[in-house]
Amino acid sequence: MNEPALCGMAQTELDRAEPLFRKGNTNCGGCGMSITLQMLRHAVAQRQVQFIVPACCGAVAGGAFPQSTFGVPTLMTTFACAPAAASGIASVAALNGEDLRTIILAGDGGTFDIGFASLSAAAERNEDILYICYDNEIYGNTGGQRSSATPAGAVTTNTPEGKVEQKKDILAILAAHRIPYAASVSLAHAEDTLRKMRYALDQKGFRFLHVLSPCPTGWKSEPALGLELVRLAVRSGLFPVYEIFDGKRHVVNIEPDFSDEALNMYLSLQRRFQKSGLTAADLRPAIDRYWQNLRSLSGRIVPARRDA
Amino acid sequence: MTVELLSANHGAALAATLAARANRKGRGFCSGVYPITPSTECMEYLCQQKIEKGRVIKVESEHSAMGVCIGAAAAGARSFTATSSNGLAYMFENCIAAAMLRLPVVIAVANRTLGPPWNIWADHSDALTLRDHGLIQFYCADNQELFDTVLSAFRLAEDKRVMMPAMVNMEGFILSHTVAQTNIPDQAQVDDFLPLTDIPHRLGDVPHTLGQIEVPHQTEVHRWQHHNAMLDVPKVYAEIQKEFEGVFGRSLHDIVVPYRADDAETLIVSMGTIGVTAERAVDMLRAEGKRVGSLRVRLFRPLPTDAIRAHYAGKKRIAVIDRNISLGLGGILWSETRALADPGAVVQSYMAGLGGGDVRPEHIVKMLGDLEPRKIAGPPAMMEAV
Ligand code: SF4
Repeated sequence: MNEPALCGMAQTELDRAEPLFRKGNTNCGGCGMSITLQMLRHAVAQRQVQFIVPACCGAVAGGAFPQSTFGVPTLMTTFACAPAAASGIASVAALNGEDLRTIILAGDGGTFDIGFASLSAAAERNEDILYICYDNEIYGNTGGQRSSATPAGAVTTNTPEGKVEQKKDILAILAAHRIPYAASVSLAHAEDTLRKMRYALDQKGFRFLHVLSPCPTGWKSEPALGLELVRLAVRSGLFPVYEIFDGKRHVVNIEPDFSDEALNMYLSLQRRFQKSGLTAADLRPAIDRYWQNLRSLSGRIVPARRDA
Repeated sequence: MTVELLSANHGAALAATLAARANRKGRGFCSGVYPITPSTECMEYLCQQKIEKGRVIKVESEHSAMGVCIGAAAAGARSFTATSSNGLAYMFENCIAAAMLRLPVVIAVANRTLGPPWNIWADHSDALTLRDHGLIQFYCADNQELFDTVLSAFRLAEDKRVMMPAMVNMEGFILSHTVAQTNIPDQAQVDDFLPLTDIPHRLGDVPHTLGQIEVPHQTEVHRWQHHNAMLDVPKVYAEIQKEFEGVFGRSLHDIVVPYRADDAETLIVSMGTIGVTAERAVDMLRAEGKRVGSLRVRLFRPLPTDAIRAHYAGKKRIAVIDRNISLGLGGILWSETRALADPGAVVQSYMAGLGGGDVRPEHIVKMLGDLEPRKIAGPPAMMEAV
């Protein structure tokens, strides 16, 4: 990843010289997790961080012994216990007065499904952890099975006719834990992403970032179109970009134009939706309902936030 | 040194507390805990202690309890947890992870039957499921022994030549809830006995990844290193015994405990509290002029084959009593040690006290009555079938 990301606007010499996610990693081309890590690298800057990675594409991406793809000390954990292991690491850092950011990098399977109990418990204890879920809406490294983050209508290797159930609303669940900070992140909006990463890095307690992470392999989409897909999901209102403070204050960060054209484009650019033949008309009522609720929670219509 | 009236559960927790405080000048102590009968009192006691530079995290499952311990040890702290039965089974995956990551977590296990059907009483079958995965295993018979073994387990597990988790087992209720006078050393003595925890591969400033992907030959090398480190345990333990005696002025139990075994023709072999009952049976049979002895195996992993072989040598009949059953095979201690006896010796498997059944001296006498006329070993037998 020597290409200057973020249109060359944000990447620094340090980012390039000491990436969090090094060259030669095994991620598929166009993987949203790779982009997340390049963004995170820039947000982290000089802060001291450690990674905790449960079984997920990130565990494969870490590379084979004795080399390491991650440019920071990293602990690979079993699938279901990254938040518990991170609690141990963060506690020992605190006991020793270290200014360390303990960051979990987990997929949606480890977050929405198997690691859910451990996640909920760490959130309830308000552990000093930054949890980043790169949500590719699929079990990626096992070859693309449905998770509870897979949207209805998507074909996966074990839902050949398309998944029937709706995607879990993970942000609402985390908000219900009243954690200091929870936010959804659009990789297509770099400034918003970086602002949230920086803010989350510098808070105490449990912080949760939900990243919609394009997965060309699972989504059956063009690798180069990942960020475009995210942009379409945000524009159409399908992926609401907002943040929740202390489980109470909801702030919408990016105002969609609710374009059906964008939504149809989003669906048609991914072969996973081909079989079910979903169109904007099918999804619009649920999107409207979600936004109605979000508007009442946020209490106002907030235009897209712009950084200085 | 003080003498306190403590249950074995509380003794284990107090030993862990003293070990935790002894690391206050190092990277401290952090533990994940979750309740389960009959181990619960151990974590309750631990949660009631003030530990300078320590934190006990009350998690939502045993899986996460060991998860916390893994994180804590990966960050260089001393770590401990306690569990039992299905809790250990739920923790299983992370016990293996702790072992393979070579993290010196100490685990106190109150052995209990696996279920459902639910049975909360003693059985070694829970801990024995973990015998093959690189955790040291001790089985104890009384309160003082348990306290001393937990304390020493920290030193053993954290020794650079060893560096792996250690499980210290006590039978549920039979030992975990037995209250007895226990010699408790002062903190200063424990500080002397336990060096500060120093885990060379802990996460620090240098980027490196713990637990990443390995290719086959690397796994072979790591398993072999781990295996050889386990084989070093008796040697390192012998050094620790000397240190223990020097600091505390009393001895630390050997890895196997023989009783009137030297001139015996018949040997009773067991683990845990049954070993003490066996010694009473030996006294009864000796009074009748029978040349019987007992061998209690305290260290089960690594299996001290040399020590066991030395005690099996010259014995004509060996009764191995297991409070466990490997379904489809028989007693586990029996199956693991029968090849260590002299050729022609009758090594018979008896299973007793499964699911917490009482094993009394007369039961053992009855087993020896069954063994005496045998010319060859029969199939593994349950006590009721004798
Ligand atoms: S399968 Fe998807 S999430 Fe996994 S590395 Fe490939 S693109 Fe990324």
